[in-house]
Amino acid sequence: MNRKAKKNPVEITAKNIVRICAVIAIFAVCSITIYMIAEGTPALAKVGVPELLFGTEWMPTAENPSYGILYIILSSIVGTALSVAIGVPIALLTAVFLTDIANKKLAAVVQPAVELLAAIPSVIYGLLGMMILNPLMYKLEKIIFAGSETHQFTGGSNMLSAIIVLAIMILPTVVNVSVSSIKAVSNNLRGASLALGASKIQTIFKVVLPAAKSGILTGVVLGIGRALGEAMAINMVAGGSVNLPLPFNSVRFLTTQLVSEMSYAEGLHREVLFTVGLVLFVFIMIINLILQRMRKRAVEND
Amino acid sequence: MTNLQNTSLKAKIKRPKDKCLYFLIYFCAALTVVLLAGIIIYVVVRGIGQVNWEFLTTVTSVLQGTVGIAGNIVNTLMIVIITMLIVTPVGVGAAIYLNEYAKPGKLVTAIEFATETLSGIPSIIFGLFGMMFFGQTLGLGYSILTGSLTLVLMVLPLVTRNTQEALKTVPDSYRHGAVGLGAGKWYTIRTILLPSAMPGIITGVILAIGRIVGESAALLFTAGSAKLLPKSFMGIFEKIFQSGGTLTNQLYLSATSEGDFETAFGIAVVLLILVLLINFGTKRLSAKFDLTRKK
Repeated sequence: MNRKAKKNPVEITAKNIVRICAVIAIFAVCSITIYMIAEGTPALAKVGVPELLFGTEWMPTAENPSYGILYIILSSIVGTALSVAIGVPIALLTAVFLTDIANKKLAAVVQPAVELLAAIPSVIYGLLGMMILNPLMYKLEKIIFAGSETHQFTGGSNMLSAIIVLAIMILPTVVNVSVSSIKAVSNNLRGASLALGASKIQTIFKVVLPAAKSGILTGVVLGIGRALGEAMAINMVAGGSVNLPLPFNSVRFLTTQLVSEMSYAEGLHREVLFTVGLVLFVFIMIINLILQRMRKRAVEND
Repeated sequence: MTNLQNTSLKAKIKRPKDKCLYFLIYFCAALTVVLLAGIIIYVVVRGIGQVNWEFLTTVTSVLQGTVGIAGNIVNTLMIVIITMLIVTPVGVGAAIYLNEYAKPGKLVTAIEFATETLSGIPSIIFGLFGMMFFGQTLGLGYSILTGSLTLVLMVLPLVTRNTQEALKTVPDSYRHGAVGLGAGKWYTIRTILLPSAMPGIITGVILAIGRIVGESAALLFTAGSAKLLPKSFMGIFEKIFQSGGTLTNQLYLSATSEGDFETAFGIAVVLLILVLLINFGTKRLSAKFDLTRKK
């Protein structure tokens, strides 16, 4: 029977075709990696690694152009870290609400809301950030820096706006992953804790969340990846100059640098932008590897 | 008496710190809902006045004095259709291989690793790669085809993963039954497994469509920003090799370089409606899917 099936040409072709389909993913990852490295490294050699990665002057179109991307890298790191610091606690408490606090009716309102937040295109977040956050920030800016002569007024397009937009955008990711890991915590644990006289809140924060720790951490790392890779929304709200990542400075991130300059960059400028892409890619790959290791460990622990 | 005891017990348990945390939890959950409601209401209030028949069926033209997004709607549709035509068979095929043919080993580990990695790469990197590989190396330039091929790589993990999940829910007894009746493996897959897994596969496809409709960064440098309608029926096929801006990218350009916020909000309303429809579609499908599984 088995042998007959193996000889059937249709069966063999089908198997080979689906195998090719599966291998396409490997080809894709390999060629993306090769392209990013091949396009991103020449500028490193031409400009010099320290000048490029640790230089603070970004003047690609000047007569004596300088291509320092340190502030861009720092902005991405600071922006991601702060948006995660704001977004994760909110997401975690929302997840707790969904799993342990809400009755079915309330959960039926909050759960779809989280899903829809994830579905809203990033340009819409950007548009709303431009219309709502930026004017608000401009008012704050005028109050805080009234009389300051050194501050460059940005009209509200600043780091803080970008951080808020990012914090909202990573919410659904962190909520969803946390919900599934909190749901996986055995009800026996909850029961035992309640029976020992702990209150519901104590049970949640001292028993349930620690038990779901690894899953929640996975969610946080996923959120970091999302925040680091987001481009369009923050490009619309963060302003357009390369600056130190201070809250009221107009800043450029690794991603927004690509979005806003790729269309007109030429020559070495363009090559440097590919190096910016490579830096982003390296960050993302590191996060990916951490994630996969975490998932593997979670599977092994089960 | 018992009532009294109960209340006193409750009072003891609800410490002030607990109350504080309860408040915070409710606050965060409410915040999520308010954020979503606020976004939808704001966009609709600002943009709904812009959306009318002319807006949806004409192209922005100074000569004719029209403001419209028909070209962008057509471009978005074309990109969705071309991408899905390519990615659905590939993604489903990959899932079939992983679930039905492959034996655990290095190849499977590598494929799983690659799929996982692809789903973690941000869209702007796909955009760069698409621009270099499809646009320059393969010489497709800024075109709808370049954009679609780039998106194929981006949504491939989504389709593969959903199909895999769907295949996993098909009971093994179906497979044994089919083999017992003398069916070959491929015959079993084609006639038994795929039809059983269809709702899950369709859910994955719709999710992928949603992702494409909302995508912008990966298309900016691959599909370009042209917004004219194809001139004739045959023009649609020529259009595949020409630049075409999607709704999202037109929104971006309207809001930034063109400074035309009316159009931007009009597009935002259209996008929101599309995204909401797609979301409800997947919801209903997966509900139906669960039902058939329970039987």
